[in-house]
Amino acid sequence: MIPSAFDYIRADSADAAIAALAEHGDEAKLLAGGHSLLPLMKLRLASPSVIVDIGRLAELSYVTDRGDHVAIGALTRHRDVERSELLATQVPILAHAAREVGDPQVRNRGTIGGSLAHGDGASDLPAVVLALGGTLIARGPAGERSVAAADFFQGFLETALAPDELLTEVRVPKVPNAGWSYQKFNRRAMDWAIVGAAVVRNGSDCGIGLVNMSTIPLRAAASERALAGGASVAEASSLADDGTEPSSDIHGSSEYRRHLARVLVRRGLEAATP
Amino acid sequence: MTTVSIRVNGIATSRDVAPRTLLVHYLREELGLTGTHVGCDTSNCGACTVHLNGEAVKSCTVLAVQADGEDVTSIEGLRPAEGMEFHPVQQGFHECHGLQCGYCTPGMVMACAALLSENADPSETEIRTALEGNLCRCTGYQMIVDSVRWAAEHTPTA
Repeated sequence: MIPSAFDYIRADSADAAIAALAEHGDEAKLLAGGHSLLPLMKLRLASPSVIVDIGRLAELSYVTDRGDHVAIGALTRHRDVERSELLATQVPILAHAAREVGDPQVRNRGTIGGSLAHGDGASDLPAVVLALGGTLIARGPAGERSVAAADFFQGFLETALAPDELLTEVRVPKVPNAGWSYQKFNRRAMDWAIVGAAVVRNGSDCGIGLVNMSTIPLRAAASERALAGGASVAEASSLADDGTEPSSDIHGSSEYRRHLARVLVRRGLEAATP
Repeated sequence: MTTVSIRVNGIATSRDVAPRTLLVHYLREELGLTGTHVGCDTSNCGACTVHLNGEAVKSCTVLAVQADGEDVTSIEGLRPAEGMEFHPVQQGFHECHGLQCGYCTPGMVMACAALLSENADPSETEIRTALEGNLCRCTGYQMIVDSVRWAAEHTPTA
């Protein structure tokens, strides 16, 4: 399978990438590691006429201590997230979940920014960044703005990014003492989750992200509210599928996914509770 | 067309290709290096695994333009170890019968070689985890794991 023909632009800076997006608008797509976009292009589910390759922008590949949070450059590969000492001690759920993405070959190419900007409800990392209450930094012709992860995912493969904006950085709070768990349920090691649940319990705060329970990455808001109101793990997890719209496919029915969400959130809460 | 220059198995190559040309097609069709196989073509099976700057990647999901200026090693580029007929991983597959039909083998070998370059003495669990991106429909994996262990035990130390 070969993608449709496209014009290729290699950006040598973030600003050059933004300028290329501004020039070509909706026709252009950014290419980072390519492990979400190229499969879609090969299946002709996406046929951008212009590809802006940002894969070599070393300026956007870093994991940096910023006091109360860790800043991760959008082009940091999954491989580098999973091996980051800083993340392993300060945001361990993210380093752990990065290891759950695809397989080693995919993690050698795929990037955290690419995964988030793709906005697939079935991906691992969006749910983790939601559970952490992360913040995403977008840069466009008018400058930078920050978007809460909770406001970033808007529809099927749609995010808050404007067509001429580049996701440059992901910020996640340091949670070295938080209880956490990433529950991924799948049939084959490198598959997408049939359902997944990311749980971060930091004192009285609890964030829960759900994988593959809708077309977009979701928070288990009803469970979070119940816990904040003093509910037990059993009570809170029984609400995990509230407000979700899981699909039915060959891997499981919608009802089965709802069941999995309740079970995985319960397991995650139990594992994340000291 | 775009001019792409890639150092493949230590040899400088350069071709004018369409930007949509995948790295695996650059290797197979432009260079005639057909040892790298196309299996699923959907980045699942790992048959197309090669090394890009020393790291295992699935060449069906990398554009040739993304490898422009970089180093690629394909199965043809593996070199025999001192005193062996083949590269230690290839020799291990030979000794331990790590293949039946052989279709997945070039990708398997490249994934295993990448593993051993980072972890010279992997446990069985580490081998199985490292091979999660490579599918074999013949062997049931046990003899592939044995092959990697053989390679780990027989690789000459530098």
